[in-house]
Amino acid sequence: MKVLVCVKQTFDTEAKIELKDGKISDAGINLIINPYDEHAVEGAIQLKEKKVVSEVVVLSAGADKSMDAIRTALAMGADRGILVKQDIAADEYSRAVALAAAIKEENPDLILAGHVAADDGSSQVPTRIAEILGLPHVNVITSVEIADGKATCSSEADGGTQVTEVTLPAVISAQVSWNEPRYPSMKGIMQAKKKPVATVDAVATEDKVKIVEFSLPPAKEAGIKLEDDPDVCAAQLADFIKNTAKAEIKA
Amino acid sequence: MDFLLNEEQEMFRKTFRDFAEGEVAPSAAERDEEERFDLDIFTKMGELGMCGLPWEEKYGGVGSDYLTYAIAVEELSRVCASTGVALSAHVSLCSWPIWKFGTEAQKEKYLIPLALGSTLGAFAITEPSAGSDAGGTKTTAVLDGDEYVLNGTKVFITNGYYADTYIVVARTGPKELKYKSISAFIIEKGTPGFTFGKKEKKMGIRSSATYELVFENCRIPKENLLGEEGEGFKIGMMILDGGRNGIAAQAVGIAQGAYEFALDYAKERVQFGQPIAKQQAIQFKLADMATKIEAARLLTYKAAWLESKGLPYGQASAMAKLYAGDAAMWVTTEAVQVLGGYGYSREYPVERMMRDAKITQIYEGTNEIQRVVIANNILKG
Repeated sequence: MKVLVCVKQTFDTEAKIELKDGKISDAGINLIINPYDEHAVEGAIQLKEKKVVSEVVVLSAGADKSMDAIRTALAMGADRGILVKQDIAADEYSRAVALAAAIKEENPDLILAGHVAADDGSSQVPTRIAEILGLPHVNVITSVEIADGKATCSSEADGGTQVTEVTLPAVISAQVSWNEPRYPSMKGIMQAKKKPVATVDAVATEDKVKIVEFSLPPAKEAGIKLEDDPDVCAAQLADFIKNTAKAEIKA
Repeated sequence: MDFLLNEEQEMFRKTFRDFAEGEVAPSAAERDEEERFDLDIFTKMGELGMCGLPWEEKYGGVGSDYLTYAIAVEELSRVCASTGVALSAHVSLCSWPIWKFGTEAQKEKYLIPLALGSTLGAFAITEPSAGSDAGGTKTTAVLDGDEYVLNGTKVFITNGYYADTYIVVARTGPKELKYKSISAFIIEKGTPGFTFGKKEKKMGIRSSATYELVFENCRIPKENLLGEEGEGFKIGMMILDGGRNGIAAQAVGIAQGAYEFALDYAKERVQFGQPIAKQQAIQFKLADMATKIEAARLLTYKAAWLESKGLPYGQASAMAKLYAGDAAMWVTTEAVQVLGGYGYSREYPVERMMRDAKITQIYEGTNEIQRVVIANNILKG
């Protein structure tokens, strides 16, 4: 049984986002494997360790730098990688089409991914891949058992847990509480460069989303400090709420 | 010439940093306060493969290089200098001499478990009256049949008590022969006649275990002689050549940790209506810190690179240790100054880093001895 894991190279979650010429600048930014995808990689490797699957293939679409995300997954223990070369600005539709085409070629029994990317947070790509390939999709899973060509997944639901059983192949996207991703071992890092990574070009698509403008959230303004007798402060505060903040006061 | 780490070294660094921040940093202040060595952290490092970075796979190693190892010590020391020196002593002072001078049988028995991190290593050369003057070694090892009988006391032994394998330097001939009658041995914890004296109470690196070793008619098999009889002083000095680069890396890490903390603090701390980082007095401190750390790191990496390439590195590692130790002391002192009263408080980590930095000017050869090494090198031609 073969499992394929989709990973994305994203900004370090501690990176300071800056705009340059109307676009998000990647100057001086540390790139990391999307933390949510790390849980999918860990899940796949654990399935291999339990001998449920025999091969873990890691797939990423993006610029050459995405190779780092693939190498990280290989260092953690994945067997081989595929890099689909694509403009990093491609929208979720184009991304999903490109990944789905590569997945179709590989014909895996199970497709894993993080449920969301830490950068754009759109949470669309795994769902779109499932749709394009006509496969079932289970989202935000916290555990998975595989037996007899079926996957039994637990996932978060409002106020409880939802258990879903799907026939494989299926797309399953991971929630962080599924597992604790391992550190790549030293030997894993040494072996990662020897593991094969195929590079393919993305299928041509036309984005469905046009980004009109990027803007940063407004800077947090300093608070106002009232320093006077309590009754004066209370009056000033009431006036501020009513006239400056213009809060809607409900009885 | 290339000043960039390669892709693999970058991945190593990121992994060391993630490990240090995830597994080492959270307990660093508490271990310092309690003066507690944590063997579990070392065991986790072993499981990841960090204890045998430079050695070949057949010896349980990873087949990486000395630069990668230096980066590991640096990244650990950035959050906890005690953990950094535990690895440095284990690799440079105990594993390396076995790798370099050991017989195949010794490597099989001792190096492999050291590389896997299933045993911890230590090195014992210093004695109460033989510090910088290691030729004054008083511990004796007398051959009696198939065994050497050791008597003497070693002090300030890093990883002492917790270590399983010790490289011990002792005199095997008349003391008139000075350096030429000193030999090195591999000694296992638990050997009858080998006990531990007092635990050292230190200013810094307080979660690193520092013990006195006592040998009283301690009999060890003849085959535990490392190298030849009379080679011990040479072996000891060569151990320290490499070891001092581990300490240089430790110093760079300590300085980096303190600098980053002071930098973040300076951007947040508001006085006179603006962050103190807007004050030129603070800016100059930060600029000097960054510059000294960069210079120290380049010296350290160069020495490690030389060793990886099989080129002479003794002078380079002495320069690295001298400069990085002084830089770490200066940077951590200034970091405390940037934090002011908070810097002096144990609520913040920079006072610990300042206490930790001091030892890097002292051990593995004091910085005065480093100057002697460098001077001897540049004057011998």
